[in-house]
Amino acid sequence: MPSPSFSLNIGSMDKGLRKLLGTDTFLPYWLLLPTLIFIGIFFLMPLFNAILLSFRTDNGAFTLDYFKRMVKDVHFIEALKYTFLLALTIVPLQVVTALAMALLINTGFKGSRFFLYLFALPLGISDLAAGLIWLSIFTQHGFLNSILYSLGIIDKPIYYISYQNIGLTFLAVVVAEHWRATAIVMVILVAGLQMISKDYLEAAEVLGARGWRKIWYVILPLLKPSLQSALIIRTIFALQTFAVVLALAGDIIPVLSGQAYFWHFLYRNSHIASAYAVFLMVISIAMTWGYLRFLRSRAEVVRA
Amino acid sequence: MSYPWILRRTLLYMAVTAFALWVLVPIFFIGISAFTPRNEIYRWPKPILPSRFSLDTMRFFLNSYGVLRSLSNSVWVALLTLAFTLAVGAPAGYAVARFHFRGREGFRLGILITRMFPTALLAVPLAVTFIKWGLYDTLIGVALIHTAMALPFAVIITTGIFMGVPKDLEEAAMTLGCSRFGAFVRVALPLALPGLAAAAMFTFVISWNEVFAATILTVNNRTLPAHILTTIQASPLYFRFAGGFFMILPALFFMFLIRRYLFHMWGGATAER
Repeated sequence: MPSPSFSLNIGSMDKGLRKLLGTDTFLPYWLLLPTLIFIGIFFLMPLFNAILLSFRTDNGAFTLDYFKRMVKDVHFIEALKYTFLLALTIVPLQVVTALAMALLINTGFKGSRFFLYLFALPLGISDLAAGLIWLSIFTQHGFLNSILYSLGIIDKPIYYISYQNIGLTFLAVVVAEHWRATAIVMVILVAGLQMISKDYLEAAEVLGARGWRKIWYVILPLLKPSLQSALIIRTIFALQTFAVVLALAGDIIPVLSGQAYFWHFLYRNSHIASAYAVFLMVISIAMTWGYLRFLRSRAEVVRA
Repeated sequence: MSYPWILRRTLLYMAVTAFALWVLVPIFFIGISAFTPRNEIYRWPKPILPSRFSLDTMRFFLNSYGVLRSLSNSVWVALLTLAFTLAVGAPAGYAVARFHFRGREGFRLGILITRMFPTALLAVPLAVTFIKWGLYDTLIGVALIHTAMALPFAVIITTGIFMGVPKDLEEAAMTLGCSRFGAFVRVALPLALPGLAAAAMFTFVISWNEVFAATILTVNNRTLPAHILTTIQASPLYFRFAGGFFMILPALFFMFLIRRYLFHMWGGATAER
């Protein structure tokens, strides 16, 4: 009669398993396991493979050839230039705009929740859609030209997006990306503002700091952790700007992510596409390290 | 109600209204464009409001080759992503919210670092790997990389949600004879459900909006953004406007549904740091 011993086995196994799973020592690790496996397969393995792809030929020999070809690529310098220009223009603009929005919301005026929701709307809009939205405004017969014409400011359409007006095309991309991604900075800053203890603000009032002085000397220093995370997140994502540029400016303005896309998608060369990806990662890490170092050293100076 | 007070209020409302218009007017413009008759898109000067409201452009868009198929692909990928992300991420969020274990801070830091990975760094090597695994150009493959991209958010957000459910309630249920799992299912889960639903919708929007990885990992089974991106140079303006409008519709709808949690989620997310 095998069945009793069989069920007994299951029972004891279950007990053993429950002992292992059920204790608070091991349970959290079991709960983390799926996430850790996922991170291993979908973050660490691609990172490893990207480095292999960009440094190793199909025969398995080490090479710097792919990076050399990347740097010599006709669009590389331009892509690097525009990627940095975009990040350097958009991120400060976004922080200033988002800070203004967050400080306004934080006054808690009647209807501030409603406006907070409106300001946060672009959070749900993709970079591709944002590019297309602003295309309807900046295209030759778009809304901007039509409005300027009906106001009598221009008598024929301006070509905002063309090789002849790269400066204007760049501005159009800045406007679109600034519009789309300011919301996330604003939400982070509003959350940060709400964590500032009322005591500090009252103390500031008692000591006579009001208006701009209160914002500059009390609120901004206390908001620094939120500003720092917003800056890091936005800079990393700004360096990856891609679909908004492609939708709005086509290939007029090359960017690094776009080059990775073209090398993979059009030229079918995953080695050079990987070289671009690894290059982007290195820049992202360097920028993050720079922010952390720069902002922290400033804090220590202030404290000293 | 002194004079300066009224002045300051007026300036405040003017400022927030200006910002609100800045956000809303472009959305309004793409909405108009999507319902303008096709021939009027190219007219000069274009009237701000079209001569008539027309479904012509939207119909053209939806009947264009590949659009309906990519639309259904997008919905499936987003639903799969939502299921994978919650199944993988929510237990981790629960663990971080409930337990103090060795490596907890290291894990949270690791999760934050994964957000720094450029999409290109994940998508390009995974395209090579997926060809080997037979996942290239499949909806599951796209859903898996979307899950990877949404996972950091999901862990951070669900941590915040479970932190909002008092531990005492679960402990009380366990003293009253529930197992740990029973206490979780009968007490913590129902209380966390609205927040989890909001996190699920947010995950859906992340997947619905993602274009880079979806384009790199597919050839025939494009999602809607991937289809629009790869055909963009060859498509007429009215197709692009209708596509842009169509892509933002579900996003705006979900954002409206989760508007109360949205801030809670992101607030929680930053409080973690």
